[in-house]
Order: sequence, then structure tokens, then C-alpha cells
Amino acid sequence: MKEKKFKTWWPLFYTFFKIGLFTFGGGAAMIPIVQMEVVEKKKWLTLKEMSNILAVSEATPGPIAINTSTYVGYKIGGVMGAICATLGCALPSFIIISIISLFYEAFMSFEVVNNAFKGLRVAVILLLAIAIISLAKAVPRNWVSYVLFGISFISMVLLSAFDVSFSWMSIILILLGIIVGVVWEAIKYRKEKKE
Amino acid sequence: MIYWELFYVFFLIGLFTFGGGYAMIPLITDQVLSRGWATQVELTDFIAISEATPGPFAINISTFIGSQVGGVWGSVCATLGVILPSFIIILIIAFILEKFMKNRFVKAGLDGVRPVVVALIASTALFMFIQLIFFNNGSIYGDFYFDLKSFTLLILLGVFYFAYGKIRKKKMNPIILLVIAAILGMLIFSV
Repeated sequence: MKEKKFKTWWPLFYTFFKIGLFTFGGGAAMIPIVQMEVVEKKKWLTLKEMSNILAVSEATPGPIAINTSTYVGYKIGGVMGAICATLGCALPSFIIISIISLFYEAFMSFEVVNNAFKGLRVAVILLLAIAIISLAKAVPRNWVSYVLFGISFISMVLLSAFDVSFSWMSIILILLGIIVGVVWEAIKYRKEKKE
Repeated sequence: MIYWELFYVFFLIGLFTFGGGYAMIPLITDQVLSRGWATQVELTDFIAISEATPGPFAINISTFIGSQVGGVWGSVCATLGVILPSFIIILIIAFILEKFMKNRFVKAGLDGVRPVVVALIASTALFMFIQLIFFNNGSIYGDFYFDLKSFTLLILLGVFYFAYGKIRKKKMNPIILLVIAAILGMLIFSV
């Protein structure tokens, strides 16, 4: 079976190229298309394997789109399969954005385009608000979360308010979140052991 | 060297992105603004374009910034940088540690990150909002200017989005929201 893995490399590449081309928005928007291609059409994986992969992709760091492509690619075609799927998924974006980027400045000199972008800037704020609402639903409801939220929010607002440019603040806060989460769990674990 | 800088900055952004594309925005904002790679307004445009073009948001925004800062090779470095941590971590997990994800301490660490990510995005959105509505997209130390047109548009879009969700019982596709915003922008800001 293993020798035949190379036969999946090209199909993986172009399947994920297609997926990348027809995904709009975040990686989550990709999930139904991946499921249709990988589970229903190609029958590479079962629905259960697929939902396992999605759970891991969402929980591990990195963009969900890349995590999912790498994982599916690896399961079907090994390390080389993972490379083919991931590059396939990234390539359409890469080509399209490279072209747009060339014309961005020339494009912005048109008054109409500029006005359209004034509208888009407003919409981005709304999109962020929508993302906040959906991400907030997954936050555990306990005081550790509230304290972590408070510390992070206040320190980011203070940095902006005093115009301090510090590129590592958000990463430091994410690390703080991980450490507090693990330490808190360790304390609970010790309590359980004593009882 | 700019290529190396783009690569490692986006490597770190990829490594610390928890919870999908939008969770990247605060990290990108931090890095891009403090390194002077783009202004807040340009960055907001990049975000809008990345959301409206095909392909995963994470790849689009990395390619865009990379190409604006360092041309074609800049975009290659930024995109590979953002992909690589995912790639390595997923392979390690697939290789040896599928059980690792079910470990209670791993879950606890991820739970700790969630409120932080929400706070980071919230502060980014708040800052964008204040800058856009009250300072005409300039510095918050500049002149105060209440942008009634943008504010009206924000309220309109918000009402429209949530009314759509209530009536159609499903979420509006962000692309549709962006198209409507662009059209309304052309109308409102031209008069």
C-alpha cells in the first residue's frame, strides 16, 4: 500500500488547489468544501476521521486552512502528500494576491475606488465584531477567563492609548493565557489527588 | 535583511495564531505598525481585500503584506513563514501524538488562550473604530473629527447584518457584506 502513496500526490495537489480557489474568508469557510471533496467525492477519509482532523486543526496553533490541508495530505499521502496539499491550498491565494498587490496603489488613486474602500474599512470593523461574538461563545465561563480577558484587554488599550509601539505584546499575552490555563489545571489536579 | 525579517515575523504570527484567521489580526497589527510596514489605514484595506478575494484569509493577508514590503520574494518569505509552524506542528501530532490533544493540561492551556484572543481582537476593533469614526483615520493625537458618514454606514451595515440573520435564520456571507459596504461607500462618500 505504502508504495502507492505517490499516486495520491497530484490529486491531492489539485484537489486542494481547487479548495483554495473556492474558499472565501477564514479557514472555517473551507470546511464544508473539504468535506465534500475529501469524504464524499474522493472517499479518501471517513466522516469520523475527518471530524477528528477538524478538531485537531482548530485546536492547534496556525491558520485552520493550513492545519487541515497538512493533516489531510499527511493521512492520505504521507509527508510528501502533506506538502502537496498545503502548497496546493496556498497557491491560488498567492497568485491572486500577488497580482492585486501590484495594482493596489494605482487602483487607489481612483476616487470611486477610494470611496469604496472607505466603505470596506467600516465593514472590517463589523466583521471583527462578528468574530468576537462567535469566539466569545467558546470561552469557558469562569473567573480565570474573566481575569485573563481583563488583563489582556486593558494592557492592549493602554499600549494604544499611550502610543507605545511594542510588537510582542499580543504574543506575550497569549503565552500568559497558556501558562495560567495549565497552572490552574495543575492546582485543580493536585486538589483532586488529595481528596 | 527584509526577507529574513518577513519570514520570522510571519513564522511567529503563524505559531501564535489560535482560533482561525481573525485571531491573526492583532498579532499582525502589532508587528506591521511597530515596524512601519504599513499604516493602520493601509492595513485595514489589506484586511478587506484579503477577506474579499478567494483563498484562506491567513494566506491572503501574509502574501499581501509580504509583497507590499518586499516584492515577490517578500511574499514568498511571508507566506512560507506563516505556513511552516502549522505544517511542523500538525506533522508532529499526526506522527506521534494524536492522544496529546486529549490531555487535560493541553486542553486547559487552550482554554486559557481563548479569553486572551477575544480580548486582543476586541481591543484591535475598538482602536480601529475610534480612529475611523473620531479621527478621520489619522493618529489619535491628531485633530478630533467626527466622521458622521462612516458612523452612519456602520450602523446601517450592523442593522442590516443582524436583521438578515434574524429573518433568514442564517449568517450573512461576509463577502456579501463587503460588496454592500463597497457599493454604499461609493454612494455615501461621493456626495
